[in-house]
Amino acid sequence: MALGSNSGRAKGRAKGSTKPRARRRRGPGIAELPGIWFNHHVQSAVATLGRLMHAPLPTLMTVAVIGVALALPAGLFVLTENLRQLVGSWDQAAAVSVFLRREVSDQEAGAVAQRLRDWPELARVQVIGAQEALGEFRDQAGFADALAQLTENPLPAVLAVSPLPAYSQPEPIADLEERLGELPEADFVRVDTQWLMRFQAILDLVQAAVLMLGGLLGMGVLLIVGNTIRLEILNRRDEIEIMELVGATAAFVRRPFLYAGGWYGLLGGLSAWFLVTVAVLALQGPVSRLASLYRSDFPLTGLGFLPLLAILAGSMFLGLVGSWIAVNRHLRGVEPD
Amino acid sequence: MIQFEHVFKRYPERGDALSDVSFELEAGEMVFLTGHSGAGKSTLLRLIGLLERPSRGQVIVNGRNLATLPRRKIPHHRRQVGMIFQDHRLLQDRSVFDNVALPLVVTGLGHKETGRRVRAALDQVGLLKRERALPVALSGGEQQRVGIARAVVARPPLVLADEPTGNLDPDLSREIFELFERFHHVGVTLMIATHDLGLIRSMRHRTFTLDEGRLVNDSGGW
Repeated sequence: MALGSNSGRAKGRAKGSTKPRARRRRGPGIAELPGIWFNHHVQSAVATLGRLMHAPLPTLMTVAVIGVALALPAGLFVLTENLRQLVGSWDQAAAVSVFLRREVSDQEAGAVAQRLRDWPELARVQVIGAQEALGEFRDQAGFADALAQLTENPLPAVLAVSPLPAYSQPEPIADLEERLGELPEADFVRVDTQWLMRFQAILDLVQAAVLMLGGLLGMGVLLIVGNTIRLEILNRRDEIEIMELVGATAAFVRRPFLYAGGWYGLLGGLSAWFLVTVAVLALQGPVSRLASLYRSDFPLTGLGFLPLLAILAGSMFLGLVGSWIAVNRHLRGVEPD
Repeated sequence: MIQFEHVFKRYPERGDALSDVSFELEAGEMVFLTGHSGAGKSTLLRLIGLLERPSRGQVIVNGRNLATLPRRKIPHHRRQVGMIFQDHRLLQDRSVFDNVALPLVVTGLGHKETGRRVRAALDQVGLLKRERALPVALSGGEQQRVGIARAVVARPPLVLADEPTGNLDPDLSREIFELFERFHHVGVTLMIATHDLGLIRSMRHRTFTLDEGRLVNDSGGW
């Protein structure tokens, strides 16, 4: 069926084709099919991106909505990670201070410490003698003048006791606190890191909530992309029908929509990263000012490389799944008539 | 090339669109399909292009029984059948070139070969110079010729046309039919639904007449 009887004449004009989405391979031999398939995917992905860029405003809107939706959990994640880091820079294990009675001398304190070192649950026992404590207090707090007025040292000796991490959990530490309090030399016992543990627990809770929020907003992204793709399918109904009429396979018709979903997700993830980074940079100043008031140089860290990768991969995945759902739901309804 | 065996097509809303249609068409034949509107011409063509499946009976195209053709094979079947419509069905936001290239693009044909074949098809319908134009810039007759170029660009052995000249004046219609004759001469099987009886008579090809879904007359070859 030689319809192309004039093809020879047209051959010379084949160069400089106006077709913008043309492939570079020549003939589809069997051995070349994987190459064609791969090329087609690359070309389809690029063409889809081009189509999205061709209508920048709607694309930007969709991407921005996804970005905002993802920036919220991502930002909260950054916040909790920073708090965790802040807390982690303090001693991880609980520290227990045993304040001894005023009448206990530094020497006796040393003896008590020696006894405590035999307790299996303790990692370290450090004696802070009354004189030493006074000296430290004088150096640090700038109370030198006021302290000089005192005729006797008001400070007791203190034993700084660090239990092994295994005994730092709330229950054993309460038990330990009680036993230390029963020492005849002890005045009172303070577990000063309990609030840290509570704080850790709160952080765990918040992070779990962030995960849940992320899950919810991820669903939101799914719906946003799904809806965008659905509208796109409705808009291009004629085109889809005609493509099916001329023998396009379902995969061929589906592909640009799936790529569009992937692009929406990826660009949305990037804009979420951008929003979080801007927020972190904007907060850097106030945070370092606050930190300096606490004599700390705590640096606010942004989204790390791995979390960024995770967000990009996750958002792209959400975009793909969202468009997959829309494509499967709505392309099936498009039949040529 | 085409074989219908006791084909029925029933729509739930409209009743029988085709009843007990049987015929056989050899490869390379050119046949007109005529009858009042609603007589079943479009339905018959749609069954061949697998836009629909028959309610009963067998449709065999190019040795392939369409009843047993799985859904995923439909695209490959359609690539063997060029279809032309009264309303052209062109993509209004694509150039003439891109419209004609579509059947090649979906098969993954190479860039150069696509360009060569598209220009060959456009040359045949006399629109080589308009390849960059958008369909809206063309007249009705030109748009239909773009539709024809698209139908033949992949060199299908079978071309179906549903009222291709329905919106055209007699001179343009004659041009279009002369184009079909040329395809006929190079061996393409053509089936053309039309109610342009004057043209049909002047061209002396086999003609099927449908009346309320029944094949009432097969003129045979002339």
